[in-house]
Amino acid sequence: MSLLGSADQTRLRTEFEQLTRPVHLLFFTQSLGCETCAQTRQVLNELPALSSRVIIDEVNFVLEPDRARRYGIDRVPAIAVAYAQIDHVSAADGSADSGDLVDTRIRFLGTPAGYEFVSLVQAVLLAGGGESQLSEASRQRLASVQRPVTLHVFTTPT
Amino acid sequence: MTLAHEMAFASPHITAYAVEATEHPDLARKYRVTGVPKTIVDNTIEILGALPEDAFIEQALFSQAE
Repeated sequence: MSLLGSADQTRLRTEFEQLTRPVHLLFFTQSLGCETCAQTRQVLNELPALSSRVIIDEVNFVLEPDRARRYGIDRVPAIAVAYAQIDHVSAADGSADSGDLVDTRIRFLGTPAGYEFVSLVQAVLLAGGGESQLSEASRQRLASVQRPVTLHVFTTPT
Repeated sequence: MTLAHEMAFASPHITAYAVEATEHPDLARKYRVTGVPKTIVDNTIEILGALPEDAFIEQALFSQAE
């Protein structure tokens, strides 16, 4: 059963029509000792049904530690947002090749439910070629940042 | 949360984690999160509440003397 009502599904399907390239949601999970991995999977599974350009790449946190490290993931459930530059949807064979992904450095730790689901949709739209909502002044300010910076933004599910 | 994610998308040097506090109580404790949103920059700078875009960027990235 879907978590989203049919009106939300229709609205998201329309929004995802803007996607111009495949968005890969790398879902870091493990089968044991992760209370909320199943609910995160349930939320994520809503999305590929709404657009062929949203792809869930499940990564076993225990078996693929190198991949987790590469994306700076040290806990589960976690999501890293990436995109592919080659569009499999318009490719002749329709194959989804996730070999060459561009990392957006957008991460979610924990289940993106409630308001965070909105953030996840925004992240998908951005990664899929959507326009940044930042002002021109902000973008110029950000361009001057030359050192690595890590932001943790704490939220709650409501 | 979208603002921090937008910043990560715009700058190749910025990584932004949205952390669900109730699912990660150890992190919430570590950073003394008592209300949300709360932003931690490089484990040091704390920003409470939601700020306008320009103020948030200034506090998060330019408030420390280099």
